[in-house]
Amino acid sequence: MARVELVGNLAQLTGGVAEFNLPATSVKELFAQLTALHPELGRHLEDGVAVAIDGQIYQDSLLEPIGPDSEVFVLPQIAGGGFTQ
Amino acid sequence: MTESNGHSQTNGEHYVGTRTIRPDGHDKVTGRARFGADFNLPGQLIGRVLRSPHPHAHIVSIDTSKAEALPGVKAVVTRDDFADQPSEFVPAGEMMMNYKDVVRNVMAREKALYEGHAVAAVAATSAAVARKALKLIDVTYEVLPHVIDVVEAMRPGAPLLHDDLFTAGVEPKPEKPSNIAKRVEIKQGDVEAGFEKADIVIEREFKTAAVHQGYIEPHAALATVSEDGSTELWCTTQGHYIVRAHCARLLGLDIGKVRVTATEIGGGFGGKTVVYLEPLAIALSRKAKRPVKMVMSREEVFKSSGPTSGATVRVKLGATKDGKFVAAFAELKYQAGAFQGSPVQPGTMCAFAPYDIENVHVVGYDVVSNRPKVAAYRAPGAPISEYAVESVVDEIAKKLDIDPIDLRLQNAAHEGTKAAYGPKFGPIGLEETLNAIKKTEHWNAPLRKWQGRGVASGFWFNIGGETSVSLTVNEDGTISLMAGTPDIGGLRASLAAVAADELGVPYDKVRPIIGDTGSLGFNFLTGGSRSAFSGSMAIVEAAKQIRAELCARACKLWEAKPDQVEFSDGAVRPLGALAEKVKAMTVADFAKVAGKTGGPIGGVGRINAQGAGPSFGTHLVDLEVDPETGRVSILRYTVAQDAGRALHPAYVEGQYQGGAVQGIGWALNEEYIYGADGKLQNAGFLDYRMPVASDVPMIDAILVEVANPKHPYGVRGVGETPIVPPLGAIANAMENATGIRFTELPMSPPKVLKALKEKGLARA
Repeated sequence: MARVELVGNLAQLTGGVAEFNLPATSVKELFAQLTALHPELGRHLEDGVAVAIDGQIYQDSLLEPIGPDSEVFVLPQIAGGGFTQ
Repeated sequence: MTESNGHSQTNGEHYVGTRTIRPDGHDKVTGRARFGADFNLPGQLIGRVLRSPHPHAHIVSIDTSKAEALPGVKAVVTRDDFADQPSEFVPAGEMMMNYKDVVRNVMAREKALYEGHAVAAVAATSAAVARKALKLIDVTYEVLPHVIDVVEAMRPGAPLLHDDLFTAGVEPKPEKPSNIAKRVEIKQGDVEAGFEKADIVIEREFKTAAVHQGYIEPHAALATVSEDGSTELWCTTQGHYIVRAHCARLLGLDIGKVRVTATEIGGGFGGKTVVYLEPLAIALSRKAKRPVKMVMSREEVFKSSGPTSGATVRVKLGATKDGKFVAAFAELKYQAGAFQGSPVQPGTMCAFAPYDIENVHVVGYDVVSNRPKVAAYRAPGAPISEYAVESVVDEIAKKLDIDPIDLRLQNAAHEGTKAAYGPKFGPIGLEETLNAIKKTEHWNAPLRKWQGRGVASGFWFNIGGETSVSLTVNEDGTISLMAGTPDIGGLRASLAAVAADELGVPYDKVRPIIGDTGSLGFNFLTGGSRSAFSGSMAIVEAAKQIRAELCARACKLWEAKPDQVEFSDGAVRPLGALAEKVKAMTVADFAKVAGKTGGPIGGVGRINAQGAGPSFGTHLVDLEVDPETGRVSILRYTVAQDAGRALHPAYVEGQYQGGAVQGIGWALNEEYIYGADGKLQNAGFLDYRMPVASDVPMIDAILVEVANPKHPYGVRGVGETPIVPPLGAIANAMENATGIRFTELPMSPPKVLKALKEKGLARA
C-alpha cells in the first residue's frame, strides 16, 4: 500500500483527513481511489495538482506508476512562468 | 543494431557544455532580427485601445457611434464583441485559467477595475485616426471608491471589487463577499511545540512593492482573419500555443484555424505568458476584414500589463542557541491585482524550502485590489517570501554570533530533506553553492566604512511539461531543428549543441528555429525554467529515432542484421566481418541517398517532460551607502547556483547575471507608486527606475553542477532561481553597512536617508 499525504488546502475537502494508505499502482488509480473516498476531491484533482512519488514531482502524468511502498504527496500544481491568470 | 552512445562526434568534438556561437547572434547585433513590432502586412490597419482613467468605476454605457462614423475607422470593439465566459477554472495547456476573469481583463465588462483597464479598441487606417477615434468614444462611468494597498483591501468595509468573490480555503464558508480570494496553507510538524524548544525567536514584518517585469520590448500583435475564419497572428510571447488557446476560447474559434507565430522576443520574465492585445487584434481584424497591428506604449505596459505582487509578509523563526532552526512560521498577503490569482501559493511553498526545518507553518492570502492583474514574474512569488525569511536568518546569525554561511550550511536542505510542501529532495546543490561562495576571495575581501556585505540563498522548483520538437536531415546532411517554445535565454544554442552531440554532426551544421503553432505538436510555454530542460529531452528522443532509422537503412543497404551495425561517431558503422565489406556511412552519406532508401529522414520528440530538478543558489553582494543622499551603490556581486549541467555555460551565466540585476532593481529602486486618486504616478522608465549597465558591476557567476539524475545530460532549469536571493542578500548587506534592518522594499534613497536620519547617521 502506498502512503499518500494531501498537502495544503486539499485536506479541507476530506474533513481534515490528510493521510491515506492506498493500493494505487498509478496516478490515475490514485485519483480514482481518492475520489471514491472523498468525491469533493475529484474536481480539484482533475483541475490541477502535482503528485510527488518517492521525492520526484510529476505534473499531468496520469500513467506514472506508483509502487506498493511508495511515498506519495498530492500538492498544488507548480506552473512556473505561467501560474493561474 | 547497437549504439555506443549518441554523444559522439565525427570530429571528436562535443558541444554540450561549450560556449558555442549563438545562432541568433548575427541578426540581433545587426538589427535584422524581427521582434513583435517589426511585422507588417499589406493593407494593415492600426489598432489602439481606449483605457479607463478611473481605478474603479461602473461602466454605465459605451457609445461608439461617433468613432465609427469617423473616416478611416474600420472597426470598433467593446465588451459586446466578446462573449461572456463561465466562472470555472479550465486547463489551458498546463495553466489553469478562469476565463470569466480573462475575458474581463482583456476588455472591461461591468466595471473598470484599474486605471488603464481596456474599455474599447479601434482599428483605423492610421495611428492618428485611431487616436482621434478613441476621443470620440463616449463612455459613461459611475466612479466607485478604490483600494490599492493589500492590507487595506483585506479590511472589512474596504471597497469591494467583485460582489461574487467569496474567500476560498476557509471554514465555514463565508457568507459575505470579500477582496480576499483565497487562503492557502502549508504545514508540517508541530510549530507551537517547535517554538517552545527555541532559545531565540525572531519575528519581523516586511513589505515589498509591486514591480514590473520590465521587458524592453512592449507587447505587440499583428492579426489577420480570412473570410473563412482562418486566423494568423504574429506576436511577442513566451508561449504561442497558449496564446492560440486563449484567443480561440475567447473568440469562439477552432484551435486548428488559428496559427500563431512567436516573433523574436525582447524579454518576458513571465509577463508575456498571458494575452492582452492578441484577442483584440483578432477581433478587430475579423470585423474590419483587414490585418490589424497593435503595439502598446510603455505607459500602457506599466498600467495595463501584469506586474508582480506587492506584499506584506510576517516571518517568525526559532533556533536553538547553537543555531539549529526548530520552528518557522510565515504569513503572506499578496496582491493579485484586479482579479484573483497572485503567486501566493508558490510563495508559501518556497518560503522555507532552502532549510531543513521539522516544524513549518505558512499561511497565504490572495487579495484583489484596484491594480492591473499580476502576471508571472521569474520564480513567481518566491523572491518575496524568501527575502523575508533570508532577512530573519541573517538576524539570527548575528544574534547568535554565527557566520551567516555556516548557519545556512548547518540548516541547509540536502538530499533526503523533507520539504515543507511535501516530498523529500533528491540530489540538490544548496550546500555546494554555499561552500562555493565561502571559498571565493570576495567573501573575505576587506570593506570600508559605509560598505556592507550580505549573503542569501534561494530556491525554485523548476518544471517540465509538454514539449514537441523536430529534427530533419536535409539533402546535404545539415540538420534543421525546430522547437516550439520561444527562445528567450539561449534555447536555440542549447538545443543545437545537444542535437549536434546526439547525431555526431558539427554544431554549425545544425540550424535551429522556432516553429509556429501549425508546425509542431503542442508546446507549453517558455516558463518555469523548463524550455532547455524539456527541449533537450525531446531532442534526445528525436535524435534516437534518426539513429535508429539510419541503422535500419544501413541494414537494408548492406543486407546486414541489426546486430552487425552500430551508430557511433556520427556514422553507422559495420561490425565484425561486415566491416571488411562495406564502409561506414555518415549522416551526410545517408542524406544523399535518402530518396532512394525510403524518403526523407527525420525524427520528432513529443514528450511530457517529468523529472525537473530543483535549483538552489546563493548570492553574495557588497554595497556602499551614501550617508548624504541615501543612494546605494552595488560594488561587487557573486552568484553561485546549481545548474545540474550547463548546456551552454555562457547563457547560464547570463541567466545568473540577469537575475541578479533584476533583483538589484527590485531591492533598491523599483516600485509602483500610486497617488491618492488610485492612479499610477510613475508609468515610464524615467520615474520607474530600473538598473542600467552603469548601475551594476560585473556579476561574477559560479556554475555549480550537481547532476539531475532524471535528465539525460543532468540538466536543471536555471532561469528563475537567480532572482530569488538578491532581495535578501542586499537587505542583509544594508544591515551590515548601516546597522539598520530595512524591512520595506525598495530601499530607495528617500527611505534610506530617512532611516539614517532617524538613527542620527545621515551626513548633512
